[in-house]
Amino acid sequence: MPAKRVEIKASGALKQVMALHFEEIRQAAEERKGKVAWCTSVGPAELLHAFGFRVYFPENHGAILGTSRSSADFIPAATAAGYSPEICSYLTSDIGGYLKKETPLKKLYGFKGIPRPDVLVYNTNQCRDVQDWFSFYQREFNVPLMGISTPHPVPALEERHIKGVESQIAALVEPLEKVVGTKLDMAQLRKAVALSRECTDLWNEVLRTGTAVPSPLTFFDACIHMGPAVVMRGRPEAVDYYKLLLDEMKARVKDGVAAVEGEKLRLYWDGMPVWGRLRDLSEQFSSLRVCLVVSTYCNSWIFDELDPSRPFYSMAKAYTKLFINRTEQVKQEYIRRLVRDFKADGIIFHDSKTCPNNANSRYGMPQRLSKEGIPTLVINGDLCDLRFYSDVQVRTSIEAFAEQLLEK
Amino acid sequence: MTEYFLGIDIGSWSTKAVLVDGHKRVVGKCLRRSGVELRKVAEECRDEALRQAGATIKDLKRTVATGFGRDAVSADGVRTEISCHARGAFHYFPKEITVIDIGGQDNKVIRVSPHGKHISFKMNRKCAAGTGAFLEEVALKMDIPLKDFTDLARKSTKKLPIGAFCTVFTSTEVLALIRKGEKKEDIVRGLLASVAARVMEMEPITGTVVLTGGVIAYNPGLRDIFEQDYGLKVEIPPDPQFCGALGAALYASEG
Repeated sequence: MPAKRVEIKASGALKQVMALHFEEIRQAAEERKGKVAWCTSVGPAELLHAFGFRVYFPENHGAILGTSRSSADFIPAATAAGYSPEICSYLTSDIGGYLKKETPLKKLYGFKGIPRPDVLVYNTNQCRDVQDWFSFYQREFNVPLMGISTPHPVPALEERHIKGVESQIAALVEPLEKVVGTKLDMAQLRKAVALSRECTDLWNEVLRTGTAVPSPLTFFDACIHMGPAVVMRGRPEAVDYYKLLLDEMKARVKDGVAAVEGEKLRLYWDGMPVWGRLRDLSEQFSSLRVCLVVSTYCNSWIFDELDPSRPFYSMAKAYTKLFINRTEQVKQEYIRRLVRDFKADGIIFHDSKTCPNNANSRYGMPQRLSKEGIPTLVINGDLCDLRFYSDVQVRTSIEAFAEQLLEK
Repeated sequence: MTEYFLGIDIGSWSTKAVLVDGHKRVVGKCLRRSGVELRKVAEECRDEALRQAGATIKDLKRTVATGFGRDAVSADGVRTEISCHARGAFHYFPKEITVIDIGGQDNKVIRVSPHGKHISFKMNRKCAAGTGAFLEEVALKMDIPLKDFTDLARKSTKKLPIGAFCTVFTSTEVLALIRKGEKKEDIVRGLLASVAARVMEMEPITGTVVLTGGVIAYNPGLRDIFEQDYGLKVEIPPDPQFCGALGAALYASEG
């Protein structure tokens, strides 16, 4: 029997913030009430907000396609068009949906189709796939494509890394000015960076409430509530939202409210979510009285280097320093620190077939951490393509891992 | 009145029941193809195991279900097949062991502590290569009964590497070997060796190994491969196919 789950009261406000985000984009794209920039999720969103763009994130769309399980209908169309089923399934889901002229945004937010971009801006700090992804749309829409090629993977962050990326971000200004027809207002950029920093600090505080025993939120909650940190950072609405959520989580900690009733085990989730199985997995963990208290993924939208007094430099630093862009050694130290901070009993590594850059189990890390006394489990799956996912195998693996840890 | 404890292992290929008494002695067991009516088959297995013990359902104190269909049948408790194979193997070999369970659709490598707790495990990737399903498929294509594999493999004089990751590709490899005129004894040994190879790449394996599951029950020649090719000390419990069900029965007896 799944344990009783306590609803997060801020969910209503979350829906409103996300609806506002999409409505602004819809109006800009379909009613020409502004310009639309497509941006990678850890790209220079602040710069685009400063220009007044409505910023659309195809990765967020990928997650929606995964969650709605429409990826299965769309990936084959992208495969037929020459996009391998073994590359990023956000990309193949999204391009497949475009080719079939379908998107859940129609039903969810009243779109006629995906929003037409005026410009496409990427950052390769996560992977090369984003560049190829945006290149497809550059050919389709014949709009400017520009981006940042971040050095990867970065060991200790050095000035030369930051300076190089800083100059690339600065180089985006002139072509973006041409797209919008106005000069960059530095005050607007500082404001966006300040709001982004505030948003990210609040999101960090929300996640850190998971260090409490019992934890007031789970990885599954965080996957849903991270939405504004991804798509609205740089906007005041995101800041207001996380203040509300943080208050609720703090109250839960104070009152000892557990996200998973009768929490027996606390685990770390590494790698991408399995978007099409969030509910199933959430219910399974809940029934096992296991709370996923921390994840690499949800912590990836914490940019504590953002500094409005040095917007270009600090954006470069923040977007180069992030976990996914780092060496194996840096990642291992990061995970070890979070395991300790969140008092996790073990780690589940999701080896996502089509997202190798966000799968940290392929170079021996689980084995190395196990030797240090941190129990680990690797499950095979994917972020969107459920053909790479076996419900029975994953279910059994998770249950057996819980049995193993509880028998100790 | 004697009390009995039942373990039911609903596997992808077969359902196994083991009945133990209060002294953990096996007093009844039954194996049937799982088919599609999991609950019905499980009940038939239970009834047969009870019949062998001269007992009735009223004598049954507790039942634990395991295997992929564990949630589809009625039981007092459920445990994963990983814990159950570890528990069943430890019953016969109460020391630090590595259990290798080669089943119909997946393989598991389970490390068991000297105290009988499973301390880590690995399952094969989502792929049939190296499992019972793989051997069945290739046996069918080669038109050689699976039960003959061990005798044939023991006549082999040449080690043939067969290494594809997937069942379809392996079948292609086998066809190429047949065309080259390789002897079927050597091809069959190569196939069994490929099963062992898939297992050995799951985890570094040392020490005493206990082989369990249906594949070793029907292909005892696999033991030779693990011993000859990898120098492992291999133990096989009585009725290796029933090891998971035994573990479930032991868990049932331990409350």
